[in-house]
Amino acid sequence: MEKLYGKDLALKAWQARLLAVEAIHLASSGHPGGSLSCADALAALYFNEMRIDPANPNWPDRDRFVLSKGHCAPALYAILALRGYFPAASLRQLRSIQSHLSGHPDMKHIPGVDMSTGSLGQGLSTAVGMALAAKQTGRDYRTYAILGDGEIEEGQIWEAVMAAAKWKLGNLCAFVDLNGLQIDGKTSDVMPTDPVDQKFEAFNWHVIRIDGHDFDQILAALAEARNTADRPTAILMTTVKGKGVSYMENNAGWHGKAPNAEEYAIAKAELEAKIKELEEN
Amino acid sequence: MAGKIATRAAFGKALVELAEKYPELVVLDADLAKATQSKDFAAAYPDRFYDCGIAESNMVGIAAGMATAGLKPFACTFAIFAAGRAYEQVRNSVGYPHLNVKIVGSHGGISVGEDGATHQCTEDLALMRQIPGMTVVNPCDGNEMRLAVEALLNQNGPAYLRLIRPVTDVFTDELPGYRFELGKGVTVADGSDVTIAATGMMVGMARKARELLAADGISARVLDIHTIKPLDEDLILNAAFETGAIVTSEEASVLGGLGGAVAELISSKCPVPVIRHGVEDTFGRSGTANAVLEYFGLTPENLADKCREAVRLKQG
Repeated sequence: MEKLYGKDLALKAWQARLLAVEAIHLASSGHPGGSLSCADALAALYFNEMRIDPANPNWPDRDRFVLSKGHCAPALYAILALRGYFPAASLRQLRSIQSHLSGHPDMKHIPGVDMSTGSLGQGLSTAVGMALAAKQTGRDYRTYAILGDGEIEEGQIWEAVMAAAKWKLGNLCAFVDLNGLQIDGKTSDVMPTDPVDQKFEAFNWHVIRIDGHDFDQILAALAEARNTADRPTAILMTTVKGKGVSYMENNAGWHGKAPNAEEYAIAKAELEAKIKELEEN
Repeated sequence: MAGKIATRAAFGKALVELAEKYPELVVLDADLAKATQSKDFAAAYPDRFYDCGIAESNMVGIAAGMATAGLKPFACTFAIFAAGRAYEQVRNSVGYPHLNVKIVGSHGGISVGEDGATHQCTEDLALMRQIPGMTVVNPCDGNEMRLAVEALLNQNGPAYLRLIRPVTDVFTDELPGYRFELGKGVTVADGSDVTIAATGMMVGMARKARELLAADGISARVLDIHTIKPLDEDLILNAAFETGAIVTSEEASVLGGLGGAVAELISSKCPVPVIRHGVEDTFGRSGTANAVLEYFGLTPENLADKCREAVRLKQG
């Protein structure tokens, strides 16, 4: 598949948002807020940056991705479906007992999922292990992760950050989705983590700050990460939690709540309008 | 082999010995390589050794990530940190995705000795056997440890391997017909009145208890249950049927470990008296290994008493 850019990339992200919100609505549970905030980064990874082959999801030389903030699985599943790992229709079975599309990513049963995650704080460590394994086995694949800004309150994240710097993992790149909200409210109230950039810099990471909804900035950051060979890169992306659904935006109440039929109708109309706009321009 | 060696030392030697044959083997430690004895491997294969610092949770996650790429990581630290601190990482990042990671808990049990209660892990066997798909191995001597390490290198899936600190006698290499297979217990000595199902260092004590009992005219069978999960159900059920009473013995809590596993099995499939010998529901304390073992009743004499009690129970 050819790499997608600009509007084509944006279209995938918005289609993924619609699929994710629909899946959460049908499941009557799930996490829309963070799924919507990281959808653009996921689209950039899977439709531009990563060396992958959906027909061969276990290809040893594929780039790896770890959704450390595993509760945003609906966005990942939607992107994987759009990329061709499995039919998009299966998203309608999200969280259903008949489906393998569990509440959090399950590598044993979902094609394209490189690591089972969901317990916050653990994913980045596994990404470090994947990146170390690349060096150990002489493979040139890269490893990517997306962390939540609430998630980085977990101490294990900083253990992993320290270790990635120790081994100078230039083949590792982690996004931090700075949407500013977590279940109990504003991250700055629940447990302030600022200055996140200085923390990563102090741990000897290369740090890039971007707008997480600007594809030019996302792709430029990924290119910069690829060209940073001597240390891991953190892409600190400022995002809007609930991005694209007016009533969800910047509202912690939509962290882990499913829209009812009426709410979904509004979300669907808004997301479809955005998709139509992109398709027509 | 014979002689004496700590299982942790045998573990360290086994890693080095097997490194060439198993190129996927990598070893991680959390600043305890001198204690877990992974230091031997670190010295011989520095490019396959990863010191993760004092951060066990992260070490377990790194090992999981490595396993997804086909490596065979052994992640080593003290039992209390491997099974205790990093329990949830072992459960969610290793157990749930059923990754080929070997969690190595050294200084298991109370024979850690002088470091005392904070470092004496009596819960590891119970905790690790709770995780679906986890293999739990607790070798009884240095010979068995070496065989266990190689067996685990050939087993695809998560496993917990317990090592202990003190030096103990090596005897399995001289047992007639002895062979090591994961999930298969070993009949160390036959007997007809009672069975001691022991694991780890308590297998050696069970042999001594058997001699004490013989003096009283009680014939005790001794089983070496090196694999607590999957449990060798046939061997234990046969012993229950043939001897009519079981005493489990482990250097671990009497709650939920080997004793728990055997009681769960026997109560539903061949109900006979089961007495659990181990550390009662309490924290450890400082002392020399031998003093601590004696303080908590982990002696051949006490084990023999438990067997006498089991025989009385059986007789009604």
